[in-house]
Amino acid sequence: MRDFSYAQATSRADAIALAALPDTMVLAGGTELLNWTRIGIVEPARIVDITRIPGMEGVKALPNGGVRIGALTKLNDAAQHPLIRASYPVLSEAILKSASAQIRNLATVGGNPLQRVRCPYFRADEPTPCNKRAPGSGCGALHGFNEKHAIFGWTKDCVAVHPADPPVALAVLDADFITEDKNGGRRLAARKFNVLPGEDPTAHSVLHHGELIVGIEIGRPAPKSAYLKIRERESYEYATVSAAVALDLEGDVIRRARIALGSVAMQPWRLEETERRLAGQKLGSPAIEAAVDAGFADARPLSSNTYKIKLARNAALRTIELAARA
Amino acid sequence: MSKHQPTISRRDLMRNSAIAAAGAAVVPVDSAGAAGSTSKQFEALAMVHVEINGVDHQLELPPRVTLLDMLRERLQLTGTKKGCNRGECGACTVLLDGRRVNACLVLAVAAAGRKVTTIEGLSDGPRLHPVQQAFIDHDAFQCGFCTCGQIMSAVGCIAEGHTGSNAEIREWMSGNICRCSAYPQIAAAVEAAAREKA
Repeated sequence: MRDFSYAQATSRADAIALAALPDTMVLAGGTELLNWTRIGIVEPARIVDITRIPGMEGVKALPNGGVRIGALTKLNDAAQHPLIRASYPVLSEAILKSASAQIRNLATVGGNPLQRVRCPYFRADEPTPCNKRAPGSGCGALHGFNEKHAIFGWTKDCVAVHPADPPVALAVLDADFITEDKNGGRRLAARKFNVLPGEDPTAHSVLHHGELIVGIEIGRPAPKSAYLKIRERESYEYATVSAAVALDLEGDVIRRARIALGSVAMQPWRLEETERRLAGQKLGSPAIEAAVDAGFADARPLSSNTYKIKLARNAALRTIELAARA
Repeated sequence: MSKHQPTISRRDLMRNSAIAAAGAAVVPVDSAGAAGSTSKQFEALAMVHVEINGVDHQLELPPRVTLLDMLRERLQLTGTKKGCNRGECGACTVLLDGRRVNACLVLAVAAAGRKVTTIEGLSDGPRLHPVQQAFIDHDAFQCGFCTCGQIMSAVGCIAEGHTGSNAEIREWMSGNICRCSAYPQIAAAVEAAAREKA
């Protein structure tokens, strides 16, 4: 690990000025950054700690019926907030199925989507081919260990999946990440925040150097929503696949369905064709299964993960039922 | 063990090595540390004030030192264990401002001004903390390496109120791995200690 120098930002303006310096990284929960420095994934010269900035924590109702979560809100606090529990159960469940109780006391909702891939080639202690770790070195997983890797949106240059759970819920809720930088700031759609390898196999997210996530905004409540996480252990394990569903129902007829899959691609994967076909269908009807199948038309397995297609399909079906009963 | 014994224990040997290593650390100078128009300076060596188990400490540390390494290697509070050093095992669990966290995932400098409770700070003199006693009563360990982290996590879990059922305890204690697999006894100990507190 390279030594680094350290500063505590005392305001957002302060943080933005400091984070824009070259070779500088931002510290919030630290649950990823500290491991990156240990493995050698990053070697910043400077770290700016933003955790002491006032006013960036907490959950607030918005006048439009939505909600804003401050970027420094701890995962456990966001998930257990009464407003999130009642209005966005899919988000509360996705967060509480992430990591462990201890890690959720450190990790922040703003830092969570900046988590990097869990591909063993990316996280290797010794150099292995990985275009995200060493651009141009190739993809070790393409013909290597890839049983947990992508079934959607991969290219021969990168087959990794984004591992985080909360962004899958945020994608299904059409949430936005609100950012600030020295030029102002942006509103970034959660569903397109992480970058598919077809666009850039070396990228993790669309966030620029020096740009801070300061909050997350979610639109109107989605009480009929649910998150299902399929994994090899019952707790404290990354998803093999996950599914997030938010339904608008009229009796037992689906007026609108939103479905996203997690750990199947480099970004939360919205099943747009399925969503289109589900509108107007009755819960429990055979049309539901056909609609979900249609969403998998462009699924492509790797050498060792064909099983994930069926697993993800069945997870999507089950999560529709769970959301309807929420 | 007595300091008058001529033999050197493994712990003393490791403690002295750690102090020697700390003394030999080279402190880098941040050549590009000026932060433009802001008054903030990046520090290559930070003065850390932190309250541990009710006692104020002041240490000068390179920012890369974790809370875990500060506890073990600078303050000789070796009850907090270093397992994976990557936030995967929970052996280093401590309370930070009353909330359980993995000490290996916190920079010591980022804990400045906060209150830390470690396993050494739980008992009331010779009287064990109820969670410590419950672990003994329920035989909730075998090799014991994970136990300090398990107990600190259990104290946090009980304070949070996540002890409504055995399943809830198992879920909210899942951040602490026990390779001897004493999980049924650990959950029983947490359940008993939570009941006693209620």
